[in-house]
Amino acid sequence: MAGNILEPGNAREYKTGGWRAERPKHNPEDCLWIKNGTCALCCIFCPDNAIKLSEKDGKFLYAYDYDYCKGCGICANECPKSCITMEAE
Amino acid sequence: MAATVKMTKPKGSIEGLTGDAAIAYALKQCDIDVLSAYPITPQTIIVEDYQRFFAEGQVKTKVIPVESEHSAMSACIGASAAGARVATASASAGLALMWEVLYCASGMRQPIVLAVANRALSAPINIHNDWSDSYGARDSGFIQMYCQSCQEAYDTTIMSFRIAENHNVLLPAMVCIDGFILSHNVERVELLPDEVVRDFVGVRVPVQPLDTDKPITMGPLCLTDYYFEFKEQEDKAMREVFKVYKDVEAEFQKVTGRSYGMYETYKTKDADIIMLTHSSPAGTAKAVVDALREQGEKVGVLRMKLFRPFPAAELAKELSSAKAVAVFEKCLSFGAPTNPLALEVRTALYDLPKKPMVTDFVVGLGGRDVPPATIVEGYNKTKQYLEKGKAPLYETLGVRK
Repeated sequence: MAGNILEPGNAREYKTGGWRAERPKHNPEDCLWIKNGTCALCCIFCPDNAIKLSEKDGKFLYAYDYDYCKGCGICANECPKSCITMEAE
Repeated sequence: MAATVKMTKPKGSIEGLTGDAAIAYALKQCDIDVLSAYPITPQTIIVEDYQRFFAEGQVKTKVIPVESEHSAMSACIGASAAGARVATASASAGLALMWEVLYCASGMRQPIVLAVANRALSAPINIHNDWSDSYGARDSGFIQMYCQSCQEAYDTTIMSFRIAENHNVLLPAMVCIDGFILSHNVERVELLPDEVVRDFVGVRVPVQPLDTDKPITMGPLCLTDYYFEFKEQEDKAMREVFKVYKDVEAEFQKVTGRSYGMYETYKTKDADIIMLTHSSPAGTAKAVVDALREQGEKVGVLRMKLFRPFPAAELAKELSSAKAVAVFEKCLSFGAPTNPLALEVRTALYDLPKKPMVTDFVVGLGGRDVPPATIVEGYNKTKQYLEKGKAPLYETLGVRK
């Protein structure tokens, strides 16, 4: 009724990646996260929590979740090392 | 003993009350949980009276003063979403400021009762009665009931909670009275004992309330995929009102002996011309009918009460035997082929094999008096048009041209 959503925590089911006109491309060369696991500004500023930073066997890994990345470009704007560029889909 | 002002008489008494005071008293007896409103003439007495009940400890209601009508309706929606029984009141510019949120109330299916003391819209600024305010809100998903007397305002307010809160309906409701003409005039009102009203209205049973133990999301984004379906549901709910209205009124009649119907007919059985209007002009029209009947004129009155939903099928049946229907309405819809009430009446009659002629008279804008002479003028014009077999789509009466 009235569009009410009766279960909490379901924003995950709404995949907004389809809105994307530009996709972020990550260049790991100068990335501080890859280098020493610091900075992470892109991840902090991402409004959709679509940047997945992880650590495995002492290595720092970087990935985008394109199911939710809307291509807003905030990550590219925030990156102090300019390692993120936006490319047309 | 200023009993009429203080209202401290024994329960179930007869009082002299203004339309506003009658509504305030009904709200008090309906045991509402939250009232949030912003003052605006001629509705102000409703909230003033209610604030006094609150200050005197006569009600347990949470009264929320706000800075605007937009906020008033917003607060009402929040409270109603939590499962509370909620009421507010407004008029004219206040109702206009509420506009956006009216659609939220109905779209979120919150059974809020909104008392409207009908008043003209600015500009020029005018505090007196016409129906431009609530007619403008006729598509907002609110049930609209127009009252002719203070007694009816009291009774309708009580019934409106039952209608709005019915699980087949779940829509907000406007109880409309003519500003000043009803809102500020004292009439004899029979009040029900508190416990009778309490038993009649019962306790609201919310369907999907906000609950911290079972969190839900209300009013979320809803685009091309589902929005239309929720509007379809709303329309269906509005159509359910006909039955629920009848049921609630039948029950109310059992308790009080009073009922009004979706509309009221007055000497229409053999009438050639039926004058159709509502609210205060209907009372004047009935007096005119009495006078014209004495002169041998076959005339009657159909007084609308329920405007939303519009009882088109019943009206068509009721009006089908007349030669003409003369509509009197206090609203001008600029640039429209004809004005709101006549527009709906014409639509209701369109499919009849033998349609009565419909004349539309716009009267009483900005509280301009609608004396019997104006009604008679409309009647005479309708008679002339019948003889000619042709009538204008609408015209204004009682105005310098």
